[in-house]
Amino acid sequence: MELILDNISHDYGETQVLRDVSLTIGAGEIVSIIGPSGCGKSTLLRLVGGLERPGAGQVLIAGAPPAGSLNPLTYIFQDFALLPWRTVAGNVSLVLEDRGIAREERRAIVDDVLARTRLSDFRDAWPRQLSGGMKQRVAIARALSVHPAVMLMDEPLSALDAQTRELLLDDLVELWLRERFSACYVTHNLAEAVRLGHRIVVLSRRPGRVREIVAIDIPLAERPEHGAELDRLQRQVWLAMREEARQADRELADVH
Amino acid sequence: MSTEAVEIGVRETAAAPPPEAALRPVPFRGGGFHARPVRVLGPVVFVVLTGLWELGSRTGIISAVALPAPSQALDALLDLARTGMLWKHLDASLYRLVLGWTFGTLLGVAAGLTIGLFSLVRAGLLPVVSALFPIPKIALLPLFVIWFGIGEGAKVATILFGTFFPTVIATYGGVDGVDRNLIRMAQSFGLPWLSIVRKIIIPGALPAILSGFRISASIAIVLLVAAEMIGAQYGIGAYILTAGALFATDQLIAGVALLSALGLAVSWLIGRAERHFLKWRT
Repeated sequence: MELILDNISHDYGETQVLRDVSLTIGAGEIVSIIGPSGCGKSTLLRLVGGLERPGAGQVLIAGAPPAGSLNPLTYIFQDFALLPWRTVAGNVSLVLEDRGIAREERRAIVDDVLARTRLSDFRDAWPRQLSGGMKQRVAIARALSVHPAVMLMDEPLSALDAQTRELLLDDLVELWLRERFSACYVTHNLAEAVRLGHRIVVLSRRPGRVREIVAIDIPLAERPEHGAELDRLQRQVWLAMREEARQADRELADVH
Repeated sequence: MSTEAVEIGVRETAAAPPPEAALRPVPFRGGGFHARPVRVLGPVVFVVLTGLWELGSRTGIISAVALPAPSQALDALLDLARTGMLWKHLDASLYRLVLGWTFGTLLGVAAGLTIGLFSLVRAGLLPVVSALFPIPKIALLPLFVIWFGIGEGAKVATILFGTFFPTVIATYGGVDGVDRNLIRMAQSFGLPWLSIVRKIIIPGALPAILSGFRISASIAIVLLVAAEMIGAQYGIGAYILTAGALFATDQLIAGVALLSALGLAVSWLIGRAERHFLKWRT
């Protein structure tokens, strides 16, 4: 299954947020979207998953989702979006409950995804008892439980401290190597973008346009051994967006 | 390389150690603003105050006309229990309170949810609620007497209306306060509308609804007494009114103590409910 963004433009009232963004997210491909703050990255992701309607242009799905995919376009949010009144297992089971899955089977799916994210020992814990990294792993488990075709990740590691971020990055790579999901990974962190993306889409400052697309050929699994090459790429991306970021920093933030 | 850095650091910053006599601990400046539970003190203060009051009455410092001794009030209460009137009064009051409060809050939660969920209902009903909320419901009692009769109907209706409006306001405020990101998450996973209401909006609004219950319960007790003072044969309010009319201040204090106990019991029950339903919060 592929996602095609066709000439997306979007405005909030008078403010132009996105202009003519066209992009394809191929099957099994991770596309990192990076850009200065306020450039419409998160808006773009909401448009991609159908949480908002684009002002102009359209988001198209090419091909059928894989068999057994309950929720082809699945989000992972920056703030984890866990229900504080449900336990870890309850938060995962929430997204399976309205789909006519028998109780035992549901339990089996929950157990499986919790095991895959190494959360089995915490199935009855409340979200408030978990660290930020653990909460995001619960959110990842929840996303996995519906067999997504495309993961839409909105700065999933931005609320975490640096060490936790490293650990979860490794988790995400490992997960991708096993599941080969497609993903749209929005971030403002260059190192994350370079570590995870097969392609990096650099957006300009508001209104966001595609400024540059950088393809990275090094396989995800081998990237830790290519530190120097990744550093070079990271610098290249940074040079592409530095002036934009500087300009964006001087603008008054008045949209949400 | 790192050891070198450390050595440079030492060279740069280390001064000669001061003489032993110049050493003193950093003075402690924190603390003092943290509430800690002191269990026994509450009952002790209560007992001491009652004791002082009793002492004042016995020695004549407090005039028996102005305020009866606690022991006299207790006697009045025991008397009331012995004659069986206590249960009659309590029964009448609890019946009105439970019926009025239950229906008032049930309807209030339902109305608050629809106001919170549907823009049309909100636009239509919220002004009406805002206009009726500040009216002291006891002012409507004569009207309720005409509508529902002088008996139980008017009293229950007063409590029902009095608890309805604060519950509506607490409930729709709670619905408004539910984290929008959680709703967006549920939508992104394709949860049906009813499930979002049941599993996200209602649990998310529950803390606000329960604190609304606290407020509506105390309003209910106030209205109960007021309604019973206006036209009732039995009930704690009627008992207090009769006692006042006869200048039987010991009975009056006994009645007030009953009200205090009733309020404490209600607050304890709501506390239990909060601990049960909100155990996911700390």
